[in-house]
Amino acid sequence: MKMERVVVFGATSAIAQAVARRLAARGARLHLIGRDPAKLEAVRADLAARGATAVTASAADLDDLARHRALIDEAEGALGGIDAALIAQGTLSDQLACQADFEHTAAEWRTNFIAPAALAAELANRFEARGAGTIAVIGSVAGDRGRKSNYVYGTAKGALAIFLQGLRGRLHDKGVAVVTVKPGFVDTPMTASFKKGLLWASPDKVAAGIVRAMERGTPEAYLPWFWWPIMFILRHVPERIFVKLKI
Amino acid sequence: MSVRSWGNYPKVEHAAVVAQPWRHLALPRAEGTLLPGGLARSYGDSCLNEGGTLVTTSRLDHLIDFDRAEGILRCEAGISLAQVLEVVVPAGWFLPVVPGTAFVTVGGAIANDVHGKNHHVAGSFGRHVRRFELLRSDGARLVCSPCENAALFRATIGGLGLTGLITWAEIQLRPVHSAAFDVETTRMDNLAHFFDLSGETGASPPSEYSVAWIDALAKGGEIGRGIFMRANHANEGGAGGDAGAKPRFAVPFDFPAATLNRYSVGLFNALYRTRARSQWLKSREPYGKYLFPLDSIGRWNRMYGKPGFLQHQSVVPRSDATAKLTEMLEAIAQSGEASFLTVLKVFGDQPPAGLMSFARPGVTLALDLPMRGAATFELLERLDAVVRDAGGAIYPAKDARMSPQTFRASFPNLEEFKAYVDPAFSSSFWRRVTR
Repeated sequence: MKMERVVVFGATSAIAQAVARRLAARGARLHLIGRDPAKLEAVRADLAARGATAVTASAADLDDLARHRALIDEAEGALGGIDAALIAQGTLSDQLACQADFEHTAAEWRTNFIAPAALAAELANRFEARGAGTIAVIGSVAGDRGRKSNYVYGTAKGALAIFLQGLRGRLHDKGVAVVTVKPGFVDTPMTASFKKGLLWASPDKVAAGIVRAMERGTPEAYLPWFWWPIMFILRHVPERIFVKLKI
Repeated sequence: MSVRSWGNYPKVEHAAVVAQPWRHLALPRAEGTLLPGGLARSYGDSCLNEGGTLVTTSRLDHLIDFDRAEGILRCEAGISLAQVLEVVVPAGWFLPVVPGTAFVTVGGAIANDVHGKNHHVAGSFGRHVRRFELLRSDGARLVCSPCENAALFRATIGGLGLTGLITWAEIQLRPVHSAAFDVETTRMDNLAHFFDLSGETGASPPSEYSVAWIDALAKGGEIGRGIFMRANHANEGGAGGDAGAKPRFAVPFDFPAATLNRYSVGLFNALYRTRARSQWLKSREPYGKYLFPLDSIGRWNRMYGKPGFLQHQSVVPRSDATAKLTEMLEAIAQSGEASFLTVLKVFGDQPPAGLMSFARPGVTLALDLPMRGAATFELLERLDAVVRDAGGAIYPAKDARMSPQTFRASFPNLEEFKAYVDPAFSSSFWRRVTR
């Protein structure tokens, strides 16, 4: 898949930065979208210095769905057309806060499901008309099964994965690739408070896998790879037993 | 939270380890004093702050501007030299000074004013720093350069992270035609031979990079025997070459403490010497393989086991270097302690870049010794006495035990430096040597 002109949503996240650095090093043109102008500028300058042919940026809150079309228009204008999009914004939901207040849960779903799905939908329509393009979205292994410790986040990522499955089916013979990235534990600011162990991977390692999956148009990429067998087993544990697991 | 320095000694607990997430944000709220933390490659306690807070800089890894025509790189202070080289080498530039590992941050390289195998021509890292921003605990952001906030600039170079947090720095790179080095290796018979090979006696032309590994178990007339390596940047071969220093293997756990003893070290030294010939052995090597040979073994410090190890790096003036080095090497050989890696190098005559820079004209000897408690401390105290007597200095980045007396003798600008220390910043090392 062509990846010379790439738009990155949620560009200041650690994983998105690591992907963009890899693309910058090979001279891609990049357009970044993130919420905080100061952070966005730090990332933009970094990618320009690392060798990106051109880097532009728009500051926006992606929870504001009404802005999506204009943002994608801006990206198309800045890049002269989009080869690939990485949708990477997200928050790690505070499960206990969500349990206490459903408003909070709904807000988390807006950030982690509705907004990325809306972006993918808009991009899908444009790419379908053109007959080319790659849409990569950061999901999570947490979306493969509901667990008591983070099912609000897991629901959003699971719904997102199902939405993308449908989109993939619709577009697979239209020249458009839809890539669902499912990282396991990644050592990022989002997970700073967790105790790290053997299963943890660096953002750069995950980014290498994302770039590979985007190039190949891999439908669903577990990153690192060992999460595929782990999640295969977890998905197949009978619910009667699963509810007793402390995970 | 416990953070270990590279030597695995001392083992201390911190009240908190917090990230500085972005360079434009204020310093995190701290419990106790603050100390900036990079990759914790300092060997002893200069990168530790027992009971206080470490402000880690791993997320300050952005480039800010890279002028590919002039070779001027502005980057955040938490980026590692390995990451910098990955970007600048393909563009035909190189860091003007690198230490023996690429896994240190730019901020750490400034705070320790590190030196490399090319000190005799390039001086220390700080000489190539054009300016940097210092974030102080009162919230002030001061751009420091030789013209602006010049005194703070000099105090921060070699200032061990005590003058504030360096958020970004601007470095003058040097041009290269290739990512490779032309390396020459030969056998070295004794100390006199070392000075010949270093170009000190005019017997051989100096190369841009040179360093010697010596066998610290040698006695008598063989003191100083070992291997002498010199190198220059290759003139061809392309800048796109591989660094050749990606860790391919990592030591998975702490080895038993007895792994490195005088017999295994003796065996290693003997095996290594058989590689060396009296002629020059020439090879072309990727920069990482020549400059950072140990970086290819991840966590090699674990070979010393749980007790850890102590490094000792000193510099003595050239005038009576032979006598002083002989005295130190004899003391080590007699002690029965085995230094696995013993490194000897002549420093150049460039004036130190910082108020508290370690590298200065003279000859430097670095050794590492397994931590065996009192006997090890006693030997190192004896070496310190030789260094003090010679008017030399001990390197804080490698130290975990020098006395306040030795520290004062090593750094005559200490009193002047104290005025620039940020009142909210401190380190385990600083409290120990200013007791």
